[in-house]
Amino acid sequence: MSDINVQRRQFLKTSAGLAAVAIAPGMLLFEVAHGKPEAVSNKVRWGMLINTANCVDGCNDCVTACNKENGLAGGLNSGGLSPTDSQWIRKIELKDMRGGRTLSLPMMCQHCEHPPCVDVCPTGASFKRADGIVLVDKHRCIGCRYCMMACPYKARSFVHEPLHDQNPDVPRGKGTVESCTMCVHRIDRGQQPACAEACPNKAILFGNLNDPDSEIAIKIRTVASTQVRADLGLNTGIRYQGL
Amino acid sequence: MSRLIALLAMLFCLSAFAGAAESLLVPKLDIGKGGQCVEDTQWMRKNHMHLLIQQRDETVHKGMRDEKHSLKNCIECHASLRDNSVIGRDDSFCQGCHRYEAVKIDCFECHSSKRKSAWAQSK
Repeated sequence: MSDINVQRRQFLKTSAGLAAVAIAPGMLLFEVAHGKPEAVSNKVRWGMLINTANCVDGCNDCVTACNKENGLAGGLNSGGLSPTDSQWIRKIELKDMRGGRTLSLPMMCQHCEHPPCVDVCPTGASFKRADGIVLVDKHRCIGCRYCMMACPYKARSFVHEPLHDQNPDVPRGKGTVESCTMCVHRIDRGQQPACAEACPNKAILFGNLNDPDSEIAIKIRTVASTQVRADLGLNTGIRYQGL
Repeated sequence: MSRLIALLAMLFCLSAFAGAAESLLVPKLDIGKGGQCVEDTQWMRKNHMHLLIQQRDETVHKGMRDEKHSLKNCIECHASLRDNSVIGRDDSFCQGCHRYEAVKIDCFECHSSKRKSAWAQSK
């Protein structure tokens, strides 16, 4: 019975959507750019596939885009990265000491299925959203930084200084821990994360890992990809190709 | 009897004076666009904190972005048309009332107090 009702609801929604297209396409576009009032579901799992072959040594565009989108200082205040500036995404260079092969790749919160940061949080501030995005609820964060120690990827930062003039979509404040949110405010509006959009070589592929027809799921099925520290069994949402 | 009447008259005068004094002390707010936005004004005065706290939990944890009752939407309407902010001056929409009631607001230690459009222009 409940299945039938759900289908009926879906049908009504779809027909309402079609009607909106027919009546006012402009209005529909406007609606798409807004967040949805419904809760996110675990039918979706957001993830990224990073193709290291396309990631250029010395290019920093993803980091710059992240800093701009989320209002991180990124060294702008001090003419170089200050020891207390937050870092949500960073570029790292790897070198195979025997063969001499070098690699460049972005490293950030890996949005684990079983996140250690969530396990250790004493207040429940560190949590995983139903669609797989790992976040900090800054209303509950007491700034103890256990999560920073637990994270194997060094992905989190602590805000040491008072902040002003934050992006209205990205609240940030002194005394709390923060990390890559996968640009959750953009995802909820139906947009891509800022880093994926900014990459000039399309090295970052963003999408729904749970949808078998999505580009990212097809790619993960067909090419070899790696999870960083797969031995920890965290099942990360960020995968690397050519690592 | 006359004493009682005099006492009553004095009490009446005092209360009238107190009433007048109170209306002088009530903060005059710069309410931006003003008017009723999402709910009745009196209801909002009493209950806005419950709306915001429910909204904050639902948005952060469940991703439910009901824009009607969001803090961003409050600011969009009620930020001053002079400085695009709800805090910063004695007659600012949030600060004016909260100072009068002696209730500390810490929303704006993390959240922006500015309209999104004004923030985007200043960047």
